Amino acid sequence: MEAGTTATRATPGAPALGVARKRYGEQAIKAALFGAALISILTTVGIVVSLLGETIAFFGEVGVWEFVTGTEWAPLFSEPSYGVLPLLGGTLLITGIAIIVAIPLGIGSAVYLSEYARPRVRKTLKPILEVLAGIPTIVFGYFALTYFTPVVLKDLLGIEVQVFNALSAGIVMGFMVLPTIASVSEDAMSAVPQSLREGAFGLGASKLQVSTRIVVPAALSGIVAAIVLGVSRAIGETMIVLVAAGQVPNLGIDPKQSYETMTTFIAATGKGDIPTGSIGYKTIFAVGTALFLLTLLMNAIAIRFVRRYRQVYE
Amino acid sequence: MSAHGSVIPPSSSRNRAKDIGFRALLLSCLVASVALLALLFYDVFGDGAGSLSFDFLTKFSSAFPEKAGIQSAITGTLWLMGVCAVFIVPVGVATAIYLEEYADPNRWWNRMIEVNIQNLAAVPSIVYGILGLAFLVRGPLSLGRVVLAGGLTLGLLVLPVVIISGREAIRSVPPSIREGSMALGATQWQTIWKQVLPASIPGIATGVILALSRAIGETAPLILVGAASFVAFNPSGLDSPFTALPLQIFDWISRPQPEFKALAAAAIIVLLAILLAMNSVAIWLRNRYEQRW
Repeated sequence: MEAGTTATRATPGAPALGVARKRYGEQAIKAALFGAALISILTTVGIVVSLLGETIAFFGEVGVWEFVTGTEWAPLFSEPSYGVLPLLGGTLLITGIAIIVAIPLGIGSAVYLSEYARPRVRKTLKPILEVLAGIPTIVFGYFALTYFTPVVLKDLLGIEVQVFNALSAGIVMGFMVLPTIASVSEDAMSAVPQSLREGAFGLGASKLQVSTRIVVPAALSGIVAAIVLGVSRAIGETMIVLVAAGQVPNLGIDPKQSYETMTTFIAATGKGDIPTGSIGYKTIFAVGTALFLLTLLMNAIAIRFVRRYRQVYE
Repeated sequence: MSAHGSVIPPSSSRNRAKDIGFRALLLSCLVASVALLALLFYDVFGDGAGSLSFDFLTKFSSAFPEKAGIQSAITGTLWLMGVCAVFIVPVGVATAIYLEEYADPNRWWNRMIEVNIQNLAAVPSIVYGILGLAFLVRGPLSLGRVVLAGGLTLGLLVLPVVIISGREAIRSVPPSIREGSMALGATQWQTIWKQVLPASIPGIATGVILALSRAIGETAPLILVGAASFVAFNPSGLDSPFTALPLQIFDWISRPQPEFKALAAAAIIVLLAILLAMNSVAIWLRNRYEQRW
């Protein structure tokens, strides 16, 4: 009742106290900001639309079965063949080598930084990983081609590798992926509650035992997420393989040989002025779709694992 | 969470020795990274330092290695970074403000925007190149292989970096600042514009610099949207063909003659020097203006 009398006593037309006036300017600003946020959605839509449109056109000319199960990749030959398996095989081989290098080094670095390093040591050592993460991949490619292959692999280790080979590209790529694995798994280890460590120390455990039997198992879902993210980065990496692994479609497992990956094919084919609408142009998108789906799957898995460790301790 | 079931044996001197060994093993993991970095710098500087000169910076690209330089690559990179910055700063900051200050996380569309940004951050850069090729260079916009297409492609690629670091900067401004401003009668936008944004500018600027330093080294997307052929001139505008430092490096690496490899190494030194400068500015900004509330 009192509110009613206040309203009648106020100047006619003015809103009652406590009721906000509609501010159209504020609303317009909010709408504009929302519009900016939509650009990221539009980016995704753009990626999906551009990939799908040409991919569907591609499968109008090439059978899905031939693409998925074919073992020969020669799309630009006069007698073309569109089996994506050699590209997938090359991608997975090099990714596998990279991950074999990156998992022990990355997790080892993470355990050291999270469990052993004193704050001051940590502060001086952690930037090394940041520097590694900040090096452009073309620089890694140059290093793999001009130093790692001829000097480290051939001269130092005496491995008879080809000039372009999966081994060199894979190992160097491992160091590119390492900071991702180290920093995500270190985050997971830091999220392990101190009480778990103290409990184990209280029972007489050594630091080694606490690290390997308490912290690593407790942070396992985060570590798995880190590895999956690393795999995803390795699959999508272009420049190291383009420069150092060659461009020979090859369905083998010998790391001393040259391979073509999905990303290398896209870059090497898209570089030239390939006519829009030609089958060569469409293969870029078909391979791009396969690559996009593969990394999307990896990220979905990683996000799921990250959520799990956050749920446990937060 | 049962981490393990076994009873831990009491520690002994043998355990202590194992502990020290384990510690050394872990440290060697980090040392491996240091060693690789050292080899990489040794290789690049050894190959490229001899070709580095003032002339090298000011000459244009050439088919003859002794006459080749990187002027058009440097100006091209500057143009790309300009376009990229003009795109990512407003869009990235606006998105960050929307997500932190306005978005109701219970609404599905806001959650979708967040998940989407996470996913975009992990899309391979070559896929952005495909997007640029299909939408900007050809297709709907048909800009051609020009500065605008290259800059926007790189902008889309690093936009998630700006958004994510912008959100962190905005989130670190304590709610009491907002409440104080609102209590004095400011509207939500006045609060954001006059209080929240000024306080978070150092964090946002750091994020923008890091995003640009990622964009500057990106090669793969530029292979698809960048210079189709030999570029020996500076870009004249947004609609001009261009080359860029990483593209020039890639071009030189791909040539069989060792002289060009040396040029590539020299250009890599320039690229690394620019990156070092940008990152130093970012670190300086972070330390200089970091506010503790």
